[in-house]
Amino acid sequence: MSELTSKTAAELAAAISAGEVSAAEVTQAHLDRITAVDDKVKAFLHVDADDALSQARAVDRRRAAGEPLGALAGVPVAVKDLFTTVGAPATCGSKILEGWYPPYESTVTRRLREAGAVLIGKTNMDEFAMGSSTENSGYGPSHNPWDLTKVPGGSSGGSAAAVASYQAPLGLGTDTGGSIRQPAAVCGIVGTKPTYGGSSRYGVVAFASSLDTPGPFGRTVLDTALLHAAMSGHDPMDSTSINAPVPPVVEAARHGDVSGLRIGIVSEFSGDGYQPGVMTRFTEAVELLESLGAKVTEVSCPHFKYALPAYYLIAPSEVSSNLARFDGMRYGLRAGSGSAEEVMAISREAGFGAEVKRRIMLGTHALSSGYYDAYYGKAQQVRTLIIRDFDAAFGHVDVLISPPTPTTAFDIGERADDPMAMYLADLCTIPSNLAGNAAISVPVGLAPENGLPVGLQVMAPPLADDRLYRVAAAVETAFTERRGHPLLTEAKGLS
Amino acid sequence: MTVSYEAALQKYEPVFGLETHVELGTLTKMFCGCVTAFGAEPNSQTCPVCLGLPGSLPVVNERAIEYAIKIGLALNCSIASWCRFARKNYFYPDMPKDFQISQYDEPLCTDGYLDVAIGGKTVRVGIERVHLEEDTGKSLHVGGATGRIQGAEYSLVDYNRAGIPLVEIVTRPVPGSGFLAPEVARAYVTELRDVLRSLNVSDVRMEEGSMRCDVNTSITLIGSGTWGTRTETKNVNSLRSVERAVRSEVARQAEVLDAGDRVIQETRHFHEDTGVTTSGRSKEEAQDYRYFPEPDLVPVAPAVDWVETIRKSLPELPSARRARLIEAWSLSELEFEALRNAGALDAVEATVAAGASPADARKWWLGELARRANDAGLEVAELPITPADVASLAAMVATGKLNDQLARQVIEAVLDGEGTPDEVVAARNLAVVSDDSALTGAIDAAIAANPDVAAKIRDGKVQAAGVLVGAVMRATRGTADAARVKDLILERLA
Repeated sequence: MSELTSKTAAELAAAISAGEVSAAEVTQAHLDRITAVDDKVKAFLHVDADDALSQARAVDRRRAAGEPLGALAGVPVAVKDLFTTVGAPATCGSKILEGWYPPYESTVTRRLREAGAVLIGKTNMDEFAMGSSTENSGYGPSHNPWDLTKVPGGSSGGSAAAVASYQAPLGLGTDTGGSIRQPAAVCGIVGTKPTYGGSSRYGVVAFASSLDTPGPFGRTVLDTALLHAAMSGHDPMDSTSINAPVPPVVEAARHGDVSGLRIGIVSEFSGDGYQPGVMTRFTEAVELLESLGAKVTEVSCPHFKYALPAYYLIAPSEVSSNLARFDGMRYGLRAGSGSAEEVMAISREAGFGAEVKRRIMLGTHALSSGYYDAYYGKAQQVRTLIIRDFDAAFGHVDVLISPPTPTTAFDIGERADDPMAMYLADLCTIPSNLAGNAAISVPVGLAPENGLPVGLQVMAPPLADDRLYRVAAAVETAFTERRGHPLLTEAKGLS
Repeated sequence: MTVSYEAALQKYEPVFGLETHVELGTLTKMFCGCVTAFGAEPNSQTCPVCLGLPGSLPVVNERAIEYAIKIGLALNCSIASWCRFARKNYFYPDMPKDFQISQYDEPLCTDGYLDVAIGGKTVRVGIERVHLEEDTGKSLHVGGATGRIQGAEYSLVDYNRAGIPLVEIVTRPVPGSGFLAPEVARAYVTELRDVLRSLNVSDVRMEEGSMRCDVNTSITLIGSGTWGTRTETKNVNSLRSVERAVRSEVARQAEVLDAGDRVIQETRHFHEDTGVTTSGRSKEEAQDYRYFPEPDLVPVAPAVDWVETIRKSLPELPSARRARLIEAWSLSELEFEALRNAGALDAVEATVAAGASPADARKWWLGELARRANDAGLEVAELPITPADVASLAAMVATGKLNDQLARQVIEAVLDGEGTPDEVVAARNLAVVSDDSALTGAIDAAIAANPDVAAKIRDGKVQAAGVLVGAVMRATRGTADAARVKDLILERLA
């Protein structure tokens, strides 16, 4: 690891803006790191060094010309492979989109380019973001930088692993049921699911439209906030985008403070199925927050126990429709011959992996005539009850906390044949997706039994994303002081 | 066909209903900024959104909502204060997303009606709903004998049409028209077309597909009080075809029932050439569209103020105009329908406004001008003559400056681009010759040239005078008043 790759995004942007280092040098250092470690981590599906360097040199030229530089000037960002970016493929981790080069740019990546970021490569993911381990990728799994035999979580596991292994200081993910927070937790980094509608979905290949939320990864709370701020904001191209100012997340990340803050522990998220080390670190975090002046109480959200089943009706229903377009007619894989119907069927059979097919079938059934009310309709009612649970809780606490996921990173292959076990990884994260509010995972230490990272989930009401960063920054500062160094420096997988 | 329509009607009561798709005349598509112009190079008016590329998202065209509300108000519907789009899921290559964004159980407009005048009476057709959706692309099947997908070697798809806003206007079933059912169906579509045209929300050209009808037809034994099984006939793309499709489907269903079989609920295709329908896919084994609310769009909630503003901006609708003109011009229903069917309403009204009497305006537009339009294969409104021209012509005839024959010459000259009627009259020095002395020479010459005719007239065969009148008119190049010429000839030969 070079001196440059160990720097934070905030440090890099400052150094580049000050002319202490060029964006090209920074990008080259990260490309070298990718060359050195990614054959082990397998975070990236696509890296175009020439393109990355040319983006970096453009930043250097702007600096040389005295033009104003953006907040992320010259900072490399790893991009989950479901964002459309002009000039690079977007496979979504699926064989059915192998070789597809989108002809248009997603709003989020366009904003990042405008902020001076260097899109350094496209990262691995569970196929169409369905999974919690990246094992469902059509291009093989990614590996956890803490222990290469473990999964990096998912579905945004490639971006999380890239950031955790210093291949990029920042990463883009999407969170539909926990796909940013869970990989952040098991990779020992920070990851945020912004308020639904706070970041544009235009150019983000859809998994479940009413749940998908693009969001940031970083190694520090401040870096994560910088990316959060740069990628967010109203987008007229996305009807579900919220027309409101971006919450002051960077300001909050610079001023971590929980004194007087009312924090609620979700009482439903503990007990059977929660790994002891996860609960140890969670309890420790609660004590820390109290010691910092927060008022911590327990809050019951009685309908959260129905969140997982409701999610597995709503998300697959939307999947069954969103993924219909992959039919071999216009782009991506085309297999077989004969009538249009035959080609469509054979292409879909050949191109989709098992988990995607499972969810398409689930959703097709849930929406079908005669079952709609009992499945999709009922799940939407549950969704309303979960929103009410949140509303009631936020009536007397400022944020809610829980473990982000019940366990630390599990072995590659361990849950591959057990979808239910895999689905449980998102037990604690799904309610925020169903409600559309904001949530973050911030590292709080290592599980004593296996030395793997554990995170803390903080949840806030819609458009109160800044509260997440206030809490996360306070936790990060206190724990780093206690340890004397950032948690991630203890990662052993690549040493 | 062994059962005729007439025979079928002895025994069965027909019920029909119509689902009419209308392409709205917005400049851009329903959910993206692509232009909607007809006839462009295939696939030149597309973008990631209307091509349904992965990651693209729809954004509602507010103008399309406004147009649909206009239509709903003109059809006396209630406008929903809150409604949603829904996805209709099915696989087809010309549908880029393999689902269509449409509306399902929450349409924008509901519960209206349209009064249709036919043969002097009025039939009220109930409107169940008016909803918005996006059009599909257009498939071209190449290499087969029929142009249909069956047997084609390959198919090409043009996505220019994909995403063009459509409204679907669905009637309630219309019973009770009896023998007139096919004509009522046609009259409904005609009236609907006129309403849409007056609203200026669509060019409603059935031949270009901007207005397309599906006709639902069923029959039931007269007096049974039950409904028969309906069929849905697609591809009915002219007013005449609407009428023929109902007629042929009633006869076909009567034949099926008479044979002791049951009518199958199915989609049928209308064939313009033969006027009959053939079976398409059966609805009984039809796909499940798995409708659910479109999660990429937020609900549509038109503000009450906005709807009222739109209501106030509605133009005079055809039914109101009809009542007004029948009253103002003292027309019968049939005279009005003749005027409307000739497409001459606007022209006549403008001509009256320019000073002509309603009778004169109708006479010229339905007579000489309709004939010339027909010869030229044009609509009367497309003729290169203005209502003001026709009014000025009518005035010259009324004051005796021109007679009808001269007026027809002036029309011809105006249509040939020689200028306004005043300019033509001046340039050609046309005017009725009212000075008898100026005619004397011509009359004498005509008598001298036709001694046998003159003899007959002297013998009392007055009708023979036409030959001499014609000769005088030819000699004066039509400038004479024919009635006066006849009088003068009879005086001379008395």
